[in-house]
Amino acid sequence: MTTTRTVLTIAALTLREALRRRVVLALAVLTLVLLVLSGWGFSRVAAESGATTLTSGEARLTASIMLNLVMFGFSLIAALGTAFLAGPTLSGETESGIALAVLARPIRRSAVLLGKWLGLVGFGGSFVVLAGLAQCLVVRQTVDYWPPQPALALALLVAQTIVLLTLALLLSTAVSPMASGVVAVGLFGATWIAGVVGAIGASLGNDSVARVGTVSRMILPTDGLWRGAMRAFQDPSALVEFGGSEGQAFPFLSVAPLTITYVLWAAVWVAMIWGLAAASFLRKDL
Amino acid sequence: MSLAENRSAVGDDAAAQLVAGLPPPPAVWCSGLRKRYGKQQAVEDVSLEVDRGEVVGLLGPNGAGKTSVIKMLLGLVHPDAGEVMLLGRPAADPAARARVGYLPELFRYQPWLSAAEVLVLHVRLAGIGVSAQEQLDCLSLVGLADRAGDRVGGFSKGMQQRLGLAVALVAGPELVVLDEPTSALDPLGRVDVRDIVLALKSRGVAVLLNSHLIGEVERVCDRVVILDRGRVAASGTLAELLGQREVRLQLADLSPAAEERLAATGVVERAGDWFTVALAADEERTAVPDLVRDLVALGVRVHAVEPARISLEERLLGILRAGKEGDE
Ligand SMILES: Nc1ncnc2c1ncn2[C@@H]1O[C@H](COP(=O)(O)OP(=O)(O)OP(=O)(O)O)[C@@H](O)[C@H]1O
Ligand SMILES: [Mg+2]
Repeated sequence: MTTTRTVLTIAALTLREALRRRVVLALAVLTLVLLVLSGWGFSRVAAESGATTLTSGEARLTASIMLNLVMFGFSLIAALGTAFLAGPTLSGETESGIALAVLARPIRRSAVLLGKWLGLVGFGGSFVVLAGLAQCLVVRQTVDYWPPQPALALALLVAQTIVLLTLALLLSTAVSPMASGVVAVGLFGATWIAGVVGAIGASLGNDSVARVGTVSRMILPTDGLWRGAMRAFQDPSALVEFGGSEGQAFPFLSVAPLTITYVLWAAVWVAMIWGLAAASFLRKDL
Repeated sequence: MSLAENRSAVGDDAAAQLVAGLPPPPAVWCSGLRKRYGKQQAVEDVSLEVDRGEVVGLLGPNGAGKTSVIKMLLGLVHPDAGEVMLLGRPAADPAARARVGYLPELFRYQPWLSAAEVLVLHVRLAGIGVSAQEQLDCLSLVGLADRAGDRVGGFSKGMQQRLGLAVALVAGPELVVLDEPTSALDPLGRVDVRDIVLALKSRGVAVLLNSHLIGEVERVCDRVVILDRGRVAASGTLAELLGQREVRLQLADLSPAAEERLAATGVVERAGDWFTVALAADEERTAVPDLVRDLVALGVRVHAVEPARISLEERLLGILRAGKEGDE
C-alpha cells in the first residue's frame, strides 16, 4: 500500500521533471521538425509517382523504406532522450545530494527505482506512440500508405525504448550520469551496426558474419525489436520488389518476422537488468 | 465470544498495558557501528543513544566520522557491522524512519520544484497527513513563507538550507537529525535554528545535532558525544564534561610552602604572578575559601581571586589533543 504510493509519487515526480526541465519541449520541437521534413519528402515521392515515373509497387517500396528511415530517427530520439534522462535521474541525484533527503524517508529504495522506471517508461512510451502515430498519419496523407500492423510496430518501438532505458538505469546506479547516457547510446548504436553487419553476412550466405547480428541481438535486444517493428511498418510486397532475400542486407527493410520467443527473451532481459539495477542501487552508499 | 477468543483478548490487553507502562524506547540507539571506505576506516565501533526529548550534540574534527554515523543511522550508508534502532524499531525496516526528519550536510532539493512542492513531496513520501496550512506554517518557521511558490533552483545556499530545515520538520517528526544545520546560515538564521531546536525539545522531540559551532551546541544540547577518528572520544552531559572548574589567583610574596599548598589543591599553571588552579569536579564548595585562608596564613599577598569555567571549546580541544598525543 505505502509502496504503491511511493512508486506512483516517484513516477509522477519523474514525469514532472521531464516536463519542467524542458525535455518534453525539446522533444516536441525535434519531432515537429522531423514530421515536417518527412511530410515534405513524402509529398515529393507522391508527386513523382503521380507523374507515373514510379510504378505503384515502387512507390510502396519507397514509402516503406522512408517510413522505416523516419521511424529509425524517432527511435533514435527516444533512445537518446530516455538514456540521457535515465542517467541523471539516479546517479545525478545521488551525486548532487538530492537523493539523501528523499531516501531518508520511510520508503524502500526498490520502490524509488520502480517509480523512476515507470515514469521513464511512461515518458518514453508516450513519446514513441505519439510521434510514431503522427508520422503514420503524415504518410497516409501524403502518399496514401498505411502500414500493415501499426499497433504492433509502435508496441515494438516502445519495447525497444524500455530495453534501452532499463539499461541506462542500471548503468546510472554504477557510473556517473554522463557516462551512463553515453554508454547506453553507444551500445544501442553498436548493436544496430552489428545487426546490419549480420544481415549483410546472411545475404551473402556467410554464417559466421551473420552470427554477429544474432549474438548482439541476444545481448542487447534493441536491434531485434527494431527489426520486428520495421517488419510491421513495411509493405509485405516491398521485399519482393527489392529482390527477395537480397533485401535483408538493406538496413531499412526487415526480412524475418519477430518470434514470440524473442519477445519473451526481451521481457526476461528487461526483468534481469532491472533486478541487477535494483541490487546495485540497494547496496549503494550515499 | 468464545472462551479462547476471550482469553486471547485479555492477554492482548495485558500485553498492551505492560507495553504502555514501559518508558518509550530511545529515539536513537546504536551499537558497535563500523564503516570502512576502501583503506579509510571512517567509523570504528561507535555506540550512542539519544533519549526521547533529548538534544544530543555530535562534535568532532573534520573527517571524524560524524556524517558517516548519521548516514548509517538513517540507512543511507550500510554499516560493515553494528546495530541501529530508531524510535524502537530496527533501522533495516524503512518504517522506522516514518517519524524521523533529516537535514543532510549536503542539502539539495529538486531545483525544478517550488519550495511548497518539495514539502508536498516529502509529506507524501512520509505517508503522514499534514495539512497545507501546516506545511505553510513550517515554511514560515524557517523564514521562507514569501518564497513558497518559487523554484528551488533559484534559491540562495542559505535559503536551500532553510528549506532543508522545513523538510526535516514538516512530517511531524519524533526525532530530528541535523547535520551542520547552520553551515550556510546568517547570524539571524543561527538564532532561528537555536530557537527551533529548543522548541522541538520542549515538545518532547529528540534532536541529534552535528555542528562545528560549539557555542551553538553548548547552548542547546543536553548531552554531547565527541567523535575523533571514528571513535567516541568522550561523551556525557554538559555538566559532566564541563564539571571541571578553575580558579585564577593573582599572588605575590610566594613561599615554597605556599606553592606546595597550591599544588595540593590541583594542577597549577603559572603566567607571571597569575596562577590558574584546576579544581576537581567533586571538590568541596569550600575549596577556594580554604585555599585563600591558608595562602594568607602563609604570608602570601592575594591581589585577586577569579572563578573560571572551562568552556566546551577548551574541553573539546583538550580531549582531541590528548587523543593525538596518546597516538604518538
Ligand atoms: N563516500 C565516501 N567515500 C570514501 N570515503 C568517505 C566517504 N564518505 C566519508 N568518507 C571518509 O570517511 C571519513 C569520515 O567522513 P565524514 O564525512 O563522516 O566526516 P565528518 O566527521 O562528517 O567530517 P566534517 O566535519 O568535515 O563534515 C573521512 O575520512 C572521509 O574521507
Ligand atoms: Mg560531516
